[in-house]
Amino acid sequence: MTIGLQTAAYLVATVLFILALGGLSNQEKAKRAVWYGIIGMAIAVVATIADSNVTISQLLIGAVLIGTAIGAVVAVRVEMTGMPQLVAALHSFVGLAAVFIGINSDLEPPELATNAHRIIHEVEVFLGVFIGAITFTGSIVAYGKLAGKLGGKALILPGRHLWNILMVSASLVLMFMYMNHAGSWTLYMMTILAMVIGAHLVLAIGGADMPVVVSMLNSYSGWAAAATGFLLGNDLLIVTGALVGSSGAILSYIMCRAMNRQFLSVILGGFGDASGPAMDIEGEQIAIDVDGVGAVLDDADSVIIVPGYGMAVAQAQQSVSELTRRLRAKGKEVRFAIHPVAGRLPGHMNVLLAEAKVPYDIVLEMDEVNEDFASTDVVIVIGSNDIVNPAAQEDPNSPIAGMPVLEVWNANQVIVSKRGQGTGYSGIENPLFYKENTRMFYGDAKASLDQLLTQIS
Amino acid sequence: MRIGSPKEVMPREARVAMTPESALQLQKLGHECFIEGGAGALAGFSDTDYQAVGVTVVDSAKKLFDSADVVAKVRPPSDTELKRMKQGQTLVSFFDPAGNKPLLDLANGRRANVIAMEMVPRISRAQKMDALSSMANIAGYRAVIEAGNNFGRFFTGQVTAAGKVPPAKVLVVGAGVAGLAAIGTAQSLGAVVRAFDVRPEVAEQIESMGAEFLFLEFDDNQDGASTGGYAAPSSPEFREKQLALFMEQAPEVDILVTTALIPNREAPELWTKEMVAAMKSGSVIVDLAAEKGGNCKLTVADEKIVTDNGVTIIGYTDFPSRMAAQSSTLYATNIRHMITDLTPNKDGEIVHDMEDDVIRSSTVTFSGEITYPPPPLKVQAIASTPAPRAPEKSPEEKAEEQAAAMAKAGRQQTQLLVLGAIFMGLIGVYAPADFMQHFIVFVLAVFVGFQVIWGVAHSLHTPLMAITNAISGIIIVGALLQLDVQNSLAQILAGVSVLIATINIVGGFMVTRRMLQMFQKS
Repeated sequence: MTIGLQTAAYLVATVLFILALGGLSNQEKAKRAVWYGIIGMAIAVVATIADSNVTISQLLIGAVLIGTAIGAVVAVRVEMTGMPQLVAALHSFVGLAAVFIGINSDLEPPELATNAHRIIHEVEVFLGVFIGAITFTGSIVAYGKLAGKLGGKALILPGRHLWNILMVSASLVLMFMYMNHAGSWTLYMMTILAMVIGAHLVLAIGGADMPVVVSMLNSYSGWAAAATGFLLGNDLLIVTGALVGSSGAILSYIMCRAMNRQFLSVILGGFGDASGPAMDIEGEQIAIDVDGVGAVLDDADSVIIVPGYGMAVAQAQQSVSELTRRLRAKGKEVRFAIHPVAGRLPGHMNVLLAEAKVPYDIVLEMDEVNEDFASTDVVIVIGSNDIVNPAAQEDPNSPIAGMPVLEVWNANQVIVSKRGQGTGYSGIENPLFYKENTRMFYGDAKASLDQLLTQIS
Repeated sequence: MRIGSPKEVMPREARVAMTPESALQLQKLGHECFIEGGAGALAGFSDTDYQAVGVTVVDSAKKLFDSADVVAKVRPPSDTELKRMKQGQTLVSFFDPAGNKPLLDLANGRRANVIAMEMVPRISRAQKMDALSSMANIAGYRAVIEAGNNFGRFFTGQVTAAGKVPPAKVLVVGAGVAGLAAIGTAQSLGAVVRAFDVRPEVAEQIESMGAEFLFLEFDDNQDGASTGGYAAPSSPEFREKQLALFMEQAPEVDILVTTALIPNREAPELWTKEMVAAMKSGSVIVDLAAEKGGNCKLTVADEKIVTDNGVTIIGYTDFPSRMAAQSSTLYATNIRHMITDLTPNKDGEIVHDMEDDVIRSSTVTFSGEITYPPPPLKVQAIASTPAPRAPEKSPEEKAEEQAAAMAKAGRQQTQLLVLGAIFMGLIGVYAPADFMQHFIVFVLAVFVGFQVIWGVAHSLHTPLMAITNAISGIIIVGALLQLDVQNSLAQILAGVSVLIATINIVGGFMVTRRMLQMFQKS
């Protein structure tokens, strides 16, 4: 295949990738968009294999076949609640591949025309491996946290910022040594350092900030691909990597804005420090039983359901969907309010509800629905805590002060389905639970909802 | 403990402080219940009703006072009743501690503990024992019913074959609990209702009941929240404006309900003789403040009079008592809640906890000491005043601010662009041409990425991550190009890279498709 033809194929693939991402602007177009992506990828791979420098070896065919099999099995088997883990695990692969490709490029350096070319090549190798290694271990730690294999709590080492700075400076020093022909060991040392940095960064971030971490790693995996593209002088890799990188960056930005947090403070870990004592909470948590909830829902005309991570943990989405179906069958208006950071992945709740066949046109975003709470009869909060915490608006000393929240307390009645009286992921008391129009419906979300379903036929 | 209720001694008082239903609940708390024979007769509860739920009926008030540890009453006790009290006995009743000092001294002399129901603070926790509110609710309702009884026309407007009937115009002055209840009742009977109150913040409540709020333009509007939800006396200028407003209304109004009371003072005169004279013949005034002198000076307490120009003025003071069955039920429930709070362990033992805000405030004598007036509450009675709002900005100021913000953003953007250009120039000077070409592609791709991703729907963020994941598997291209190198380690690394990148591509796309297929419209 000629260079011209290959470039043309890459161009087509690039355009298809852009269309694939742009197509996600709405649900109907999205299904077509995935096909654009698949076709683009196929064109890119075929065009590369057709390159005169690539021979079709057993190694190639074997690796592709095994990879396809594993990928297909994983994709079919994964539970929708396990989505965050899967995404994190897949990110780590991109990171690892970037590391390998960088090291390969050091093992078999291309012929370089000038000294400037050599310097740039060496910087590219270093950067590609650095970003790849951080993505790799960062994603593995994120996977461990999301899959519950590591504790969700932030690991805060004393002087952790200093450690990070030291390791980054050491990497820089190693880079200069590498460029002055100190040998490949500098590259391997840096790889190890970068892996430690990646793991350390993500370990220091608490469970509630996971949506930001996952989208940030998404971004890194893109930049790693772009760096590899520079290394190999391949425009397709550069463009695609840049697309993915900027997509992840925007998602991280959206998540941070939804939590009213600075991107840097999330990435560097540690929760914002409150400047004074939290407000005392007056009143008591009033419990309600299944019959009570049934009666309340019977009287209500409009219901808004606010799902959170607790729903995902309890696998309660099917029960929620059934409840929605029955309430709608009775002529009640049922809608869902989704906070941008509900769950552990951007858009996590939407996917779970979609899996349970909740129609997407009654699933609304925070900004669309926040005004409507005041005119709503009943709000059912299922397993969410911080995203409905009025302290964010009322208590300037709260660690989440200023975070946009769903104003559920404006509704006539709020029913909170919750496992126990404890605080949420962030460990902050929630005054909502003490409000006069709030009733606590204790118990595992799925078990309580199934009980409730027996009341509503 | 033994809890007993005597028959009310006040003439025409039909209420009773204990109903069979409340007795049942009290017994669940571990208390024994007593009632004087015939105490509930006027409210529709016979002695057998009480006996049926296990209440002991005693035949005289004296015996009742002797046998009970806690006496629950409606009206403030008479001297005779108080003299029957003994040391350590508790009385729960309306008491009027502010206006009835001798009674207070007498109760204290008997070393009885007195809980005055009108002293229950107006905080959320104590609403269930707020007897003033539950009685005011009944008074407001009954006021409209009494007015209707004396009003010669329909409330609602009708167009009938026999001619058109205009709706009655009702004016409610003072939108406390009674006022709001009156508004609601008149509204549901079909009248056109207007209401006035000196506290502008109740406008919302009035409008929520469906009435029109008569707004009075005045700077010095007072804030009722600071006085426990009651109105405070108003300034002479304000009064003048208010009277002018009423004078305007007087000829139009068919039914007037006044409920304006100021704690511990004579009722303010709001409806003057001139206004009554200006009203149409057949109009009705119900003065709920009659007991404290009336909001209209023509009002005669406990009586119904008709003025020379045919206006009926009703000055009854016993509206709740006129609906004894309803008011007894509510009052008995208030009392029951009070006793529930006094029995924290539900074991029939009264614990008079003077640390408790509600109990402390309502207790007027305790263990030989007069504990009235109570200290201020630990918690604010009603939500504290909202933070002063920043003054509204005029459109010009807003426009100016906007312009300034735009200019600032513009300057920042220019600075960034200049910095970026310098940076690019530096790279351009040193880097070879082919690197620059890749760099241009890179920067453009980042821009395209930013533009495209902003358009992605929030609900599709997870599929977005999955698909970008699949697309970032494009790194396979790099690995493929390295497969043919001589170094065997490099070959293995490249092979592994191809493998894992394939997992990424296949897994990512398949999962995205799976997710997107789930999204469906209703």
